[in-house]
Amino acid sequence: MKSIEELEAIRKKTLDEISLRSNKDGVRIVVGMATCGIAAGARPVMTTFLEELKKRGISNVSVTMTGCIGVCRLEPIVDVIHPDGSKVTYVKMNPEKAAQIVAEHIVNGRVCTKYTIEQEL
Amino acid sequence: MQDISLHLLDIIQNSISANSTLINISINADKFNNTLKIIIADNGRGMSEELLNQVRSPFITTRKSRRFGLGIPLFEDSTVFSGGSLTINSQLNLGTIVEAIYKIDHIDRIPLGDIGNTITLLLSSEDNVEISLKLICNEKVFEFDTFKIKRDFNDISFKNIEVINWIQGYINEGSKMVFGGVLNEIN
Repeated sequence: MKSIEELEAIRKKTLDEISLRSNKDGVRIVVGMATCGIAAGARPVMTTFLEELKKRGISNVSVTMTGCIGVCRLEPIVDVIHPDGSKVTYVKMNPEKAAQIVAEHIVNGRVCTKYTIEQEL
Repeated sequence: MQDISLHLLDIIQNSISANSTLINISINADKFNNTLKIIIADNGRGMSEELLNQVRSPFITTRKSRRFGLGIPLFEDSTVFSGGSLTINSQLNLGTIVEAIYKIDHIDRIPLGDIGNTITLLLSSEDNVEISLKLICNEKVFEFDTFKIKRDFNDISFKNIEVINWIQGYINEGSKMVFGGVLNEIN
C-alpha cells in the first residue's frame, strides 16, 4: 500500500520542474467532458493527452475539461486553442488520434486536418 | 456509461457548474445489506424546489445550448436497473446531495470503475474546488482529502502529472483495499 508520505518525495522532485500547465501563454487543449463526451469516451482521450505531453516533456500546454459544446454526435470533441486565440476543433476523438495530435499538431505545428470538424460538416 | 466512476465524473461537473468549492464524495459498500451507496454532497448554489422536482427529466437542463440533459436520468437508470434508486436533496444557496444506491450482487450493477482517474482528472482541471473522498466497506475506510493534502504538502501542484499519477494509484489502491472481495470486479 502506498503511504501518503511518498507524496512528499514527489512534491520535492516536482517543485523544481515547471508545472505541466503553469504557462498561461501556451497552447490550451480543452476536452469536452459533459455527459455526451464521457459516454463517447472522452476520459481516455484526456488521459492520453496528459500522458503524451509528459512523455515528450512538454510543459507549456494546458489540458482542461469543459462542458457540452453542442454537437454531441461528434463527441469526443477536443479544441486546441493557440495563444493568438485561433482554434482547431477535432472531433470523434480516441486515444490513438490524441497521441497523433500531440506529435503532429502540438510538436510539429501541423494541424491534423483529417480529424477536424470541417471534415464532418 | 460503462461504470460508476464515469457517472461520478459527469455528476460532479454539475457541482462544479453550480460554483461549489467543496465536494464530499462517499462510496459505501455494505455487504450485509448488499448495498453500494454513493453520495455526492456539494456546497454549490443548490436548486429551487421547482427545479428539483423536474431535474430527473431528460428534458430539463440549466444549460442554454440544448434543451435536454441526460446526466441525472442516465445515473438514475443505472441504479434502477440494479434494483437500486437515486435521490436528490437540494436547498437553494446551500448545496445539493445526490445519493445513488445499487444492489451489489445484481447482475445489472455496473462496475465501480477507475475512481482514481475520475478524481485526478477533476483535480487537474479545476483549481478552486476541494474534493474529499471517503471509501467505506463495513469496518474498512479509506480517505483522501485535497484540503488536507494542500495543508500538509506545501505548494503541491495537482497539475503535475507525476503528482496526479501517484494520487490516482493511491486512490485505486485504497479502493482495492476497501472493496476487494466485496465488489466482485475488484479482487
